[in-house]
Amino acid sequence: MTTAPPANVLRPHAEQEYAAELAALAASDDRPRPPAWKLSPWAVVSYVLGGTLTDGTVIAPKYVGVRRLVEVAVATLATDRALLLLGAPGTAKTWLSEHLAAAISGDSTLLVQGTAGTSEEAVRYGWNYARLIAEGPTPGALVPSPVMTAMRDGKVVRAEELTRMPAEVQDALITVLSEKTLPVPELGIEVQAVPGFTLVATANDRDRGVNEMSSALKRRFNTVVLPLPATEDAEVEIVTRRVAELGRALQLPAEPPALAEIRRVVQVFRELRSGVTQDGRTTLKTPTGTLSTAGAISVLTNGMTLAAHFGDGQVNAADVAAGLVGAVVRNPTQDGVAWNEYLEAVVRERSEWRDLYRACRDLDVTIE
Amino acid sequence: MTVTVLGVRHHGPGSARAVRAALTALAPDLILIEGPPEAGPLMRYVDALVPPVAVLAHAPDRPGRAAFWPFADFSPEWQAARFAAQAGRPVRFIDLPAAVVLADDSGTGDAPAPDSISGDPLAWLSRAAGHDDPERWWEDVVEHRLGGDPLELFAAIAEAMTELRVAAQADGWTASDRELRREAAMRQGIRAASREGCDQIAVICGAWHVPALASLPPARADADLLRGQPRVKVSATWVPWTAERLTYASGYGAGVSSPGWYAHLWRTSDHIAERWVARVAALLREKDLAASPASAVETVRLAEAVAAIRGRSLPGLSELTDAVLAVLCQGDQVPLALINGQLVIGDELGVVPQDVPTVPLQADFEATCRRLRFRPAAAYREVELDLRRDTDRDRSRLLHRLRLLGIYWGEVTSAQSSGTFREGWLLRWRPEYVVALIERARYGTTIGSAAAAVVTERAGQAAEFSQITALVEAGVRADLPDALPAVTAALEQRSARTGDIAHLMAAMPPLARVLRYGSVRQTDTDLVRGVLDSILVRICAGLPAASLSLDEQAAAAMLAALEAADAAIALVGSAEQAAAWRAAQRGVADLAGAPPVVQGRCVRLLLDAGLLTPDEAQQRLARALSSGTEAVAWLEGFLRGSGTLLLRDDPLWNLLDDWLSGLSEAAFDAALPLLRRSFSQFSGPERRQMGVKVRAGLAVGRSGPADQGGTGQDDDWDESRVRRVLDVVAIALGGSVADE
Repeated sequence: MTTAPPANVLRPHAEQEYAAELAALAASDDRPRPPAWKLSPWAVVSYVLGGTLTDGTVIAPKYVGVRRLVEVAVATLATDRALLLLGAPGTAKTWLSEHLAAAISGDSTLLVQGTAGTSEEAVRYGWNYARLIAEGPTPGALVPSPVMTAMRDGKVVRAEELTRMPAEVQDALITVLSEKTLPVPELGIEVQAVPGFTLVATANDRDRGVNEMSSALKRRFNTVVLPLPATEDAEVEIVTRRVAELGRALQLPAEPPALAEIRRVVQVFRELRSGVTQDGRTTLKTPTGTLSTAGAISVLTNGMTLAAHFGDGQVNAADVAAGLVGAVVRNPTQDGVAWNEYLEAVVRERSEWRDLYRACRDLDVTIE
Repeated sequence: MTVTVLGVRHHGPGSARAVRAALTALAPDLILIEGPPEAGPLMRYVDALVPPVAVLAHAPDRPGRAAFWPFADFSPEWQAARFAAQAGRPVRFIDLPAAVVLADDSGTGDAPAPDSISGDPLAWLSRAAGHDDPERWWEDVVEHRLGGDPLELFAAIAEAMTELRVAAQADGWTASDRELRREAAMRQGIRAASREGCDQIAVICGAWHVPALASLPPARADADLLRGQPRVKVSATWVPWTAERLTYASGYGAGVSSPGWYAHLWRTSDHIAERWVARVAALLREKDLAASPASAVETVRLAEAVAAIRGRSLPGLSELTDAVLAVLCQGDQVPLALINGQLVIGDELGVVPQDVPTVPLQADFEATCRRLRFRPAAAYREVELDLRRDTDRDRSRLLHRLRLLGIYWGEVTSAQSSGTFREGWLLRWRPEYVVALIERARYGTTIGSAAAAVVTERAGQAAEFSQITALVEAGVRADLPDALPAVTAALEQRSARTGDIAHLMAAMPPLARVLRYGSVRQTDTDLVRGVLDSILVRICAGLPAASLSLDEQAAAAMLAALEAADAAIALVGSAEQAAAWRAAQRGVADLAGAPPVVQGRCVRLLLDAGLLTPDEAQQRLARALSSGTEAVAWLEGFLRGSGTLLLRDDPLWNLLDDWLSGLSEAAFDAALPLLRRSFSQFSGPERRQMGVKVRAGLAVGRSGPADQGGTGQDDDWDESRVRRVLDVVAIALGGSVADE
């Protein structure tokens, strides 16, 4: 149903964008598949982590990180347990959940987005009120939630930002996860999950305004904690790959930024995140924001846009400076101090970073 | 005659199981094991030992030279030794003698470099089999095997190793000289055994050596190779070991990273994953963490699914750990660290029976422990000793003596301060302490004499004066009267040579404590008395000279030392000594060029001791405060830390008061900021009380007028003028003045 070629959409679904890879994997995959899975667990792991198939098809890595985490995640889904991806913002939780759903069910669109306003209807079912009034409670008047659809069709449903939902809405999932059934008392029926149904939730433990999960719900998940990239090289690799991909998707005429520029942005992010310079000599104030890898990626794509439309097509210091300041300084008073200290104590001292220093200083008229 | 070579992985439970099965099948007349021949005579104790234990070989003439061969319950060598003991078959160790190993100056010489092929042949083999993790590959192929013909397994291992060595040689590998000699020694061992007419011989050695032992070429080359090796005198014994120590590399090559898991593999033959998860859950529950049976079920399911994805037939430790983290720990690393420490590694401590030969020092230690009912344990334990009780005092003495020997079994948590009889200790025994005991055996045959010898030796070597004073205190705490003469002699010698009076003064408090409180421990303190006397003489003679030309920092150090020494003399000094000490202080007080802060302090101490009259003190105060810049420091030294005292001590109060009210207007203006600064060191409440006291009336308990240049008689006050002065003084003292 979602395999139609992406016709002029801003962002195709994973199963659309990587349809060729999925097809190649399915063709060469001779290992046993759990009921209703499009691929074997082993092939799902390969899809996520990348590799080369025997027929020569190159599978691009979707998630760059520790193999065992992905293995545990896939194994969890194969045992029809629900999977909870936990981690700081920007650690590719949503990204991983989308690709897992795409690889397992071939459909990553069954999605419940958790917000403070998410209601129980989004998790259970709602009603088409016009028909409800006209016909009374009938199956036709029922509006199934993505969860109900996934249960009926045996697919993976994603619950994004689970901890942003009000706690009582979260708890509506308990029956679904333990009994694998969703009763509809109005109609006197229930929807029982068929094999293949499972749930991938993402949550972050860092942000403000989250609703703690009840331990009853938490027990029904297997938890995988996604870490921030362990080394600078790993982070540079992630940023490079994503920036190139995004540039392509946005059809930017600018060249992807040079590795040196990427490395520099990543270094700024890592240093501010850890509160110490790379050489371990200088202690830094840590800004209030999370400074995720995703943030670094957006700084660079933003720089590409600037370079393409207002610059010479080459991403340079001036192009990334604005995004960098915006990413670091989330709270003007506290983060402003941290950023200025960093500029003066670290960026200024690095002779090869002079251009970045000047570009950042040019932005900030109040300090001059 | 048949020789069967069983190639094992050291500390591999699968190998151990296979060795046991193979030995049962073979029923050999003689068992040869890779290991030092010196361990042979120790094998008669095998039945009484509780692993983990280690064979310790040490060279008595060369302290610090020692090597270990640790054995866990799941070590194939241990199982072979146990089999021999149970079946009544002789067992012999055929590696190079420890006497040769310990004579080798290129280090105690254990494992070859782990990245070399001989260091980790299985890594090469598993890479050849397409696995990136050799541990896991070996585990899958051997350690997780529960059945099958063990002899077939060993034949396969021999074949694989032969191939591997050929491949390695093609790759440019050559055996090291040491390795060649080891294999020659093992071949000679096999030859000697076969000459004795044994029918069935089993050889247990590391898998890598199997090809070298499988065939026996003429003995001549081996004999040549082994001739003329340097040797040292060696004695060997059993020592207890811990699971944690098994993770270190020693003796049989690299350590195992998860002894607890291997022990689990060894003890369980079915439902390995289930039983492991059950133990994890039990541990978590014991620590009041949630771990429901339902979660345990899901953990096992997940571990099996992960194993399937990784292409393993059974979940291993890494799958189980991943699953435990995801399900039971809900992604939290903290409980996982607990599981790692308690289960994956474990806290087992081996037991060696008392009749195993030991060095005299160790025997004395064990006898003392028994007498005091004080048992070494691997876990942390807190005890509180009451030094009035004989047993506790002896325990404290033992712990202190052991610390001097470098055996930090106990750590003092609550130091014995003046007047208390309690001493808190945090105890934790580490198996390497046994080694330390054996190494320290050269110092003496009993703990007491060895500790005394150590103290004596250190006193002779100590470079710093303060190190010796620390030794004095340590010696007294450890109750080593035998060591005191040497220490005090060293102390006296150094005190003669040192020109640093501050150092000498810093040495006073520990000595004084020994003298004053040493009786708690019933120490003979006459010697200390003598040293203290001689040091004090030196201090008194040198104090004024030492107080010259000090910068601010040195002056502060001098001030601290002075106060420490003063307290020490107050504690133990005779009247005569106190007088000499006061004279020295007076010398400093009179000395032009001494730091004002020290001078002020000396004047104050003299005043308190009644050696200066208030008038004299006041005069000095006035003189010092007239000098401007130095006045603050002087006043600080004078008033230091005595806010409350100033409130209660009326003579002192009056002294200050008289000086202040005697100032001319101009002089008062000049002194005011200095005063304010000096008084700012007192706490707020103290200053407020001073203000109250000033307001309440001037002279408190004063017997007569002592004003200098004042207005005259007490009863001749002009109240309103006095009030004005008092108000200003009150402000100066930091109080507030209420309008009346």
